[in-house]
Amino acid sequence: MPGGGELSTARPVWIEEARHFFRFIIAELKPRRPFVTPFNLISIPVMVVGAMLIVIRFARGLGSVTNLTQESPWGFWIGFDVVTGVAFAGGAYLVTFAVYVMRTERYRPIVRATVLNGLLAYVFYAGALLLDLGRPWKIVNPIIGNSFGYNSILFLVAWHFMLYMIAEFIEFSPVVAEWLGWRRARRILHKLTLATVIFGVTLSTLHQSGLGAMFLLAKSKIHPLWYSEFLPVLFLVSSVFAGLAMVIFEGTISHRVFRDRIDRAHHAAFDEIVIGLARGAAVTLFLYLFFKAVVFVHGKHWVHLADKWGWWYLLEVVVFVLAPCLIFIRGVRLRELGLIRAAAVVTLAGVALNRLNVSVIAFNWRSANPYVPSWMELVITAAVIFAEIWVFRWVVTRMPVLQSTPLRLVEEDHRAA
Amino acid sequence: MDRRRFLRLAGAAGAALAAGSRRARADGEPAEVEFIGVLVDTTRCIGCRSCEVACGEAHGLDVPDVVNDGALETERTTTTRQRTVVNRYSTDAGTVFVKRQCMHCWQPACTAACLTNAMYKTHEGPVIWREPKCMGCRYCMVACPFEVPRFEYDSPVPRIEKCTLCWDRLERGHIPACVKACPVDTLMFGSKRDLLEIARVRIYNHPEHYVHKIYGEHEVGGTGWLYLSAAPFEQLGFPSDLGTTPYPEFTREFLYSVPVVFLAVPTLLAGLHRLSRDRENS
Repeated sequence: MPGGGELSTARPVWIEEARHFFRFIIAELKPRRPFVTPFNLISIPVMVVGAMLIVIRFARGLGSVTNLTQESPWGFWIGFDVVTGVAFAGGAYLVTFAVYVMRTERYRPIVRATVLNGLLAYVFYAGALLLDLGRPWKIVNPIIGNSFGYNSILFLVAWHFMLYMIAEFIEFSPVVAEWLGWRRARRILHKLTLATVIFGVTLSTLHQSGLGAMFLLAKSKIHPLWYSEFLPVLFLVSSVFAGLAMVIFEGTISHRVFRDRIDRAHHAAFDEIVIGLARGAAVTLFLYLFFKAVVFVHGKHWVHLADKWGWWYLLEVVVFVLAPCLIFIRGVRLRELGLIRAAAVVTLAGVALNRLNVSVIAFNWRSANPYVPSWMELVITAAVIFAEIWVFRWVVTRMPVLQSTPLRLVEEDHRAA
Repeated sequence: MDRRRFLRLAGAAGAALAAGSRRARADGEPAEVEFIGVLVDTTRCIGCRSCEVACGEAHGLDVPDVVNDGALETERTTTTRQRTVVNRYSTDAGTVFVKRQCMHCWQPACTAACLTNAMYKTHEGPVIWREPKCMGCRYCMVACPFEVPRFEYDSPVPRIEKCTLCWDRLERGHIPACVKACPVDTLMFGSKRDLLEIARVRIYNHPEHYVHKIYGEHEVGGTGWLYLSAAPFEQLGFPSDLGTTPYPEFTREFLYSVPVVFLAVPTLLAGLHRLSRDRENS
């Protein structure tokens, strides 16, 4: 820090730097790509309508836009945005584990995009959670003050969401520092990565399973085919293949849309990466099926298969778990990326179906007035997803997310290590 | 609440229930606070719904027009405007009226669910909702096996509405409004221990008059409200599949595993990292 006497001479430089910084930010804020695209034409109206509906929701209460009832207090926003979305965001903890803990260099090219995706997913799903909370201005209560509900799984999950968002931001921060040209900050932040990854993976194992544990308290309400004391394990394992399938799905789209932002070496390596991820997804899908079978046999669930709930359950397990597992295996054997992508899509649909079953559809299955989401709930969810994609696109087209780290920085890291 | 005054109240209630109670508390404080509750003898209920009226008046909620509203024709649940309702059932033992409200579980699912302690089990037994702490997540509603907490979906500043066993009245030294209003002694307020004894005595004295079960004695680990009936409880709209395990038990193992995971997983990960480094160097 400059002393008092030096301040007068230091100030112009400081001002000059600040001016330079703001000019840079303003230049970066300007759109980089053609504005009139099919994606924009669809997403902008949805986001505008969604924003209006959000205003109505806060002005007139949750009942004005949702179909939630006293019997079904959690609907699509919790079941899909949060409970499914967090599983989809599981890729970040898996890829950071592979790259930073296991030093599997093969996956390094996708680590930044995956972390960015995870970070944005958590930020936006936490945002969606704010919409669902009846009294969101009280959200600080479990974090500060004397309102710690230690007994609550949701307390654990809430804390983990918050800490994990911070962890993911730290994991991503070297990219921001590179973008801004802050070399010293980058060096420091880069050194934090391994510790943060270890912390983040630990948090993820706990809150991915914690989401399942939350439903342990709804024992009498969830259909026996979906309730199990192993829900935490099932949620943790399904977060693995959900996360991997999402990385495949998102990576495939990114590689088409942002082709110009990806260097050639990375592009060539991507097929091998996808095959590796597919192998992981196949193994965990199989493990998941095994757990499902254990729960099914142990719970003597044969009797429940006779009615429509039994068929619904079989559809989920056979079409959305067993089938993608087999397609993944075949895709890996034949090195057929088309099959792998198809399997990833089916897997994602299956995870969404399972999470919605536990939290919404098979929840209060005996109810005479089952909950069906309103179109407004769906539009707001779509708006949240589109907003997330907009931010993702903005970051990817400006920061070094899809490129490799510049060689001089890698050398610097090695010298530091 | 002033504990001493509360105990005097509970003691007085207990004494009023059974003269010469074992724990007449004339001298000094006893070591422990006893949970309080209400015994509902459905064989006495005449379906007058005075309790609904008294509840609405006591809490500034809807006061039903019991003569004209014909509400007994349908099976109702509590609402954001009514913390208690009386339903009519046709059973093996004829027409039976049943008052429903929060059961005030001994180990409630709602308080185990609540991440801000807004849903709170008082030391004396009533489960209350504390507005300043609640963030409106509605996990209490997901967890409650009796579907009691009600949420104001039509308000931008929503509240959770549920029976508090008239906690505010108890603090002022009064008994719950519904108990006070009951004209036929269907409802009896006192310590849970006393109420269980009285319930057992009634079954013992009139074995042909009651099913030999006290609903709430063991359900979900025991509830503050206890019910006697002449007909099987399934015929009175009570859930019969809840088991006797207190709901917080279902999540306890998971919560206990958290510190273990926080120690074991980072250790494991650090070890794996070291191994991968060695492999790279060799």
